[in-house]
Amino acid sequence: MTVTKMAAITEKETVREESHRSPAFDVERVREDFPVLSQTVNGNPLVYLDNSASSQVPQAVIDRGSKYLREEHSNIHRGVHYLSQRATTAFEGAREKVRRFLNAREARECIFVRGCTEGVNLVMHGYGRKFVSAGDEIVVSEMEHHANIVPWQMLCEEKGARLRVIPMNDAGELLLDEYEALLNERTRLVCVMHVSNALGTVNPIKEIVARAHKQGIPVLIDGAQAAPHLKIDVQDLDADFYIISGHKMFAPTGSGVVYGKAELLEKMNPFLGGGDMIRTVTFEKTTYAGLPNKLEAGTPAIASQIGLGAAIDYLNSLDRDAAHAHEQELLRYATEKLSGIEGVRIIGTAREKVSVVSFVIEGVHPHDVGTILDQAGIAVRAGHHCAQPVMQHFKIPATARASFAFYNTKDEVDRLVGAVEKVIEVFS
Amino acid sequence: MSELSELYQQVILDHNKKPRNYRKLEDATQHAEGFNPLCGDQLMVYLRVEDGVVADVGFEGSGCAISKAASSMMTQAVKGKTKDEAERLFEEFHRMVTGELDEEQTPNGLGRLKIFAGVREFPARVKCASLPWHTLHAALAGEVSTSTENLGPDIDADRVSA
Ligand SMILES: Cc1ncc(COP(=O)(O)O)c(C=O)c1O
Repeated sequence: MTVTKMAAITEKETVREESHRSPAFDVERVREDFPVLSQTVNGNPLVYLDNSASSQVPQAVIDRGSKYLREEHSNIHRGVHYLSQRATTAFEGAREKVRRFLNAREARECIFVRGCTEGVNLVMHGYGRKFVSAGDEIVVSEMEHHANIVPWQMLCEEKGARLRVIPMNDAGELLLDEYEALLNERTRLVCVMHVSNALGTVNPIKEIVARAHKQGIPVLIDGAQAAPHLKIDVQDLDADFYIISGHKMFAPTGSGVVYGKAELLEKMNPFLGGGDMIRTVTFEKTTYAGLPNKLEAGTPAIASQIGLGAAIDYLNSLDRDAAHAHEQELLRYATEKLSGIEGVRIIGTAREKVSVVSFVIEGVHPHDVGTILDQAGIAVRAGHHCAQPVMQHFKIPATARASFAFYNTKDEVDRLVGAVEKVIEVFS
Repeated sequence: MSELSELYQQVILDHNKKPRNYRKLEDATQHAEGFNPLCGDQLMVYLRVEDGVVADVGFEGSGCAISKAASSMMTQAVKGKTKDEAERLFEEFHRMVTGELDEEQTPNGLGRLKIFAGVREFPARVKCASLPWHTLHAALAGEVSTSTENLGPDIDADRVSA
């Protein structure tokens, strides 16, 4: 019996029952679940609007991680002893939670990685290096995070392949006809983000997949920014690879997942070599383990991945539709308020967005905005958001970005707006 | 917001709006480019050095108010100085913004540049103030480029709380 199957049977921590749902989203109640939020920064209550960079962790996830460290820690998959089995059960239980979260067919299609960057690199090394050769093409989009550009550039350089780029319009929406025109018999892979971290755009990812599949081309989706905001169904999307990152979805850093269709993962070369990913090793030849172990060399971030499972339980305990509606209301309100301020320009005005508002203030560099907001206790990101091509498109060096989670409030939007007005006052 | 007003003093805001010596020197004898890959700041410092003296200096680039004002005031401070004097100012400036030099206690030649002392209360912004000086330093040494990631920490480890 595979470890995964065994775990699915023995897993006792079933997903928390979704019993206490209320029709309206009670944000004040939800905030109590996040201990980090109740502190003051520079004498003001913290307003945390940097969720796209990394989200905060609810008490339930902290508790689960510390329970593991206090009571269950051991190495997984190796020991016959009690603790190792408990650790393995908890770890494989987290994998099963991930499977349900993504609606993958099988748990072995969910490969644990330490984050989205490692996930893209895993596919680049395991799939790209095996199936891409000279003259082939890889398609990315103009709005990608560097994590979904640089690995493919490295591969193209190594193989003599060509990187093609799907352009976007000035609202921050991908141009689908131009995209389709890029696809040809040399295209080996399309790599596109589901949701943009810099602009907030929700890409029509199902359509993007469908157009590639018409020509038999597989699609890798960077879902790092989608997972905290949207329900994901990899089967419905017909995604070939879908990557998520724990620290963007209320879990600890060091957790993340590459979903891949089993037949693609089977065909891949291993990424890292070492323990846990082998079947037999002799100095003449090594044979590899089956999925998922083949792609998970070495001891993983066990506590973090168990934390990811707990974060998924937490998300399931919320009314996600109500949470989404609340976030959309924050987006609408912040967009309206900020664009009403003279000198403020919002970067990223796609029709479909998650609750991310990137903006620039005329005559004020985003870093100065970030520092002044920080003095008011407001955490935003100022910079290029690891998406320099996006900045180049809009001919700006950087933006300030407020990214909202379901635990943010309209009062916090008001605080942001007040502080932006203060910035303009300082620089007037 | 007292620390804030110490950072964004009127003089700094003024140099940000109207940077001095903001131009490329066509007759530069040396120049260097400075990068801060963390924030994308990029600047060029041009020098015309004659007989070991900085006869003219100019800069160009994009950056925040702190880096623009620091560049602008740097050009004013080093114009007419010998290379050695300019290097000494670089040293003193760097030690002041990283908190190693108490500009009020230890004799120094910083003068108006002391206005940047407040930046040491903002660890994330220290490099904004020091980048133009590192770039000047590179230009004086005849290097063509410098990048903050190669400069080592601008945060004094002893001042970082656990
Ligand atoms: C869209 C996107 N892709 C990839 C990444 C990188 O993810 P990680 O930090 O998990 O490596 C990020 C986060 O910075 C992101 O926003």
